[in-house]
Amino acid sequence: MATRRLPNWADVVFVPLLSILIAFAISGFVIWAVGHDPVQAMQIMVRGALGSTYGWGFTLYYATNFVFTGLAVAVAFQARLFNIGGEGQALLGGLGVALVCLYIPWPHWSMALVAAMLGAALFGAAWASVPGYLQARRGSHIVITTIMFNFIAAALLNWALVTRLRPTGSMDPSSPRFPAETRLPRMHEMLEVFGIPFSRATPANITVLVALLACVLVWFLLWRTRLGYQIRAFGHSEPAAVYAGISPVRITMYVMLISGALAGLMAINSVLGAQERLVMNAVEGAGFIGIAVALMGRSHPFGVLLAALLFGFLYQGGGELAFELSIPRELVVVIQALVILFTGALDNLVRMPVQAVWARFGRGRG
Amino acid sequence: MGMDAQTERREAAASQPAGGDVPPAIELRGICKAFGPVQANKDIDIRVERGTIHGIIGENGAGKSTLMSILYGFYRADAGEILIGGRPTVIPDSQAAIRAGIGMVFQHFKLVENFTVLENVVLGAEEGRLLRPSLAKARRLLADLAREYELNVDPDAVISELSVGHQQRVEILKALYRQADILILDEPTGVLTPAEADHLFRILDGLRREGKTIILITHKLREIMRVTDRVSVMRRGEMVATLTTAETGPPELAELMVGRKVLLRVDKTPATPGRQVLRVEDLRMTDSKGVERIKGISLDVRAGEILGIAGVAGNGQSELLEVLAGLAPGRGRAWIGQEELDLTCRISDGQTRRQSQVAHVPEDRQRRGLIMDFFAWENMALGYHHDPAYNRGPLMMDNRAILRDAGEKMERFDVRPPNPHLTAESFSGGNQQKLVLAREIERSPELLLVGQPTRGVDIGAIEFIHQRLIALRDAGKAILLVSVELDEIMSLSDRIAVMFDGRIMGERMGGQTDERELGLMMAGMSGEAL
Repeated sequence: MATRRLPNWADVVFVPLLSILIAFAISGFVIWAVGHDPVQAMQIMVRGALGSTYGWGFTLYYATNFVFTGLAVAVAFQARLFNIGGEGQALLGGLGVALVCLYIPWPHWSMALVAAMLGAALFGAAWASVPGYLQARRGSHIVITTIMFNFIAAALLNWALVTRLRPTGSMDPSSPRFPAETRLPRMHEMLEVFGIPFSRATPANITVLVALLACVLVWFLLWRTRLGYQIRAFGHSEPAAVYAGISPVRITMYVMLISGALAGLMAINSVLGAQERLVMNAVEGAGFIGIAVALMGRSHPFGVLLAALLFGFLYQGGGELAFELSIPRELVVVIQALVILFTGALDNLVRMPVQAVWARFGRGRG
Repeated sequence: MGMDAQTERREAAASQPAGGDVPPAIELRGICKAFGPVQANKDIDIRVERGTIHGIIGENGAGKSTLMSILYGFYRADAGEILIGGRPTVIPDSQAAIRAGIGMVFQHFKLVENFTVLENVVLGAEEGRLLRPSLAKARRLLADLAREYELNVDPDAVISELSVGHQQRVEILKALYRQADILILDEPTGVLTPAEADHLFRILDGLRREGKTIILITHKLREIMRVTDRVSVMRRGEMVATLTTAETGPPELAELMVGRKVLLRVDKTPATPGRQVLRVEDLRMTDSKGVERIKGISLDVRAGEILGIAGVAGNGQSELLEVLAGLAPGRGRAWIGQEELDLTCRISDGQTRRQSQVAHVPEDRQRRGLIMDFFAWENMALGYHHDPAYNRGPLMMDNRAILRDAGEKMERFDVRPPNPHLTAESFSGGNQQKLVLAREIERSPELLLVGQPTRGVDIGAIEFIHQRLIALRDAGKAILLVSVELDEIMSLSDRIAVMFDGRIMGERMGGQTDERELGLMMAGMSGEAL
């Protein structure tokens, strides 16, 4: 007798799409209100993000970041844990990458990549393990502790860069450039093999493939393994999980380790792939965008992939918009915020009416 | 007292106008209500005469609650008419229902726990901006009502300190304070001891004498027979019959409810208890708030017998199940056969209990027993997800094997529809329970812990579930049954232990006791004194 469930396609495609359209409509209104043409603005965004291989390169680069942080949040969501600490975990992941690449000589980029992935995942997981432990054993709310750990991570990185990693004499609080052997293949180099021309000026690199692989692996973990079964059972109903003999402490720890590792892996893309050194603000807020990505992707790896692409588009297109239309940079953030608001926070605003309409008109009356 | 009520009821029925003169208190004409494709109420007609107790009976999902929700303004009917006292009335919300003189006592009380009785009664019906005059008025009125109807409650008591029976009286007082002429009670006896239920029925009798009209929604045939003048039976959203209670009986009502003949009694042969399977010595349990819930319980269950634990909800039975199932820590000692169980929960949990051949059908299937968003087949692996037959290698689950096994078990337990790809949520209460039972019983455990096996389950499924439990017993397994339905305890158990306030008040052999004796123990009398 409760509201009938929506069919799957409506749940994962139609409702988010409708939310985005509403968000864009309001954004259009805002752009119009500050004196610009919304249609022109939209054209600039689409052209800027998707109209050239240069635009695509950046869109994919951002999307790759968001896939990792989005997956991190999504895995935790599956266990009903709200890991807001993606930002800090990714920062620490960056530190892991930097240490691995600076202090161990690697003969080839592929070995450096694997080692950096291990370092990033390990550091990210370690950073997430403390809030995880506090939640599991002490009941300290994970939202609070992970937020606090973001600040601690930023301070820790600051300290490491300024006092330890910065080359003597440098004014810039960043690590030295990684050795040339660790340089990951860029998008244009990879596509060159197939004879496809691609802009050389973009940071997109082989990590795109790692992100795709991560999506598949997370899906496999959640729906094909016993651990995934236990994670989902715990997330849907803790009393039922306890009944089944699934230990909340153990699952919370596992999930936070996996989540932290995924967030940490983001550093492969930004620190190793793009900047090739560790800088102060290596994460650029991707940890927080990951929350919106996971919400919009309904905590499903493939939903996360699509949502990450959308946010990659918004990031790159928004940047172009600020550049070309002298629209203040803040307004671009407003547009991104509207999308987050409608797809994440106000999900039910659209979902409920759609559900009501479905209940009334969907399928023949029985 | 039983005889008196009987004759009284006849008189009341006889003194009713033959029709026409006095309009019925409530008349519903052609009420229809659909939720999407589900027709919850189909063309319902019902007349409830003034000054009578009118029972509405039907299985879960028959549409009783929907109908009453329409009457109380929670839902709007798609079609049909409501006449109150002969006047067509539109009831868009509960405020309108209250104005029309309708009061509702919900199954789950809607009281503010940390308010006093008086404050709860006045809540929402305050007059003016200052509270004091309303409270004073309520105090006077409450005193009158207490005298008239045996509705005594201390007006200054805080709700959370009252027994469930008293809380229910507060709900009735709330309705009367709002000058309700028509009182709707939704499953009012679910949480009461037999004695408290008796008291409630006396109150209802008194209210009827004063000319109030009462609608009693229940699934217990006994109560219908006991207090109502007329009874309407609902089945699958339709009103199938309205009968004069004195002219019908439980078998006919059960048949009307289910649509086929139903066995009301469980067929079973005498038990042949074998070796001791479960032994418990001086079990104690303190909950997270520091309240001692179990205060030293010793018992044993043998192979091939059902030990029923009777008692009013909240006297430690749930905690007993939880401790034995390894879900909550307790103190004391317990053995399964020769193996001692760890009751501390430090090295044991639901998994280790399953390894000790203990299966558990939890009281709350929707919170514990099933994951409502999971498919039926995924639920079939809940708790048995380490079973090698369900796994491929050290990490992966063999979803196909689980699916196949789930399909077979659902077939054998007559789960309808037998489709393992549906989420647990989409099954009816009875079929959800069958899913849990199929999962636990098909493992053929040495000891089965069962809590409220038929709560919220329709009559047809109750029959089936009881047969399965008896079959497991006859296969030589031990069963510990906890239920607040005394009928169920009495018809299934070979031995009955009664719990009150965390202790066992006494034990009786199944066939050698009666409801009165058990009722006294449930109210806290020691079994030895009886």
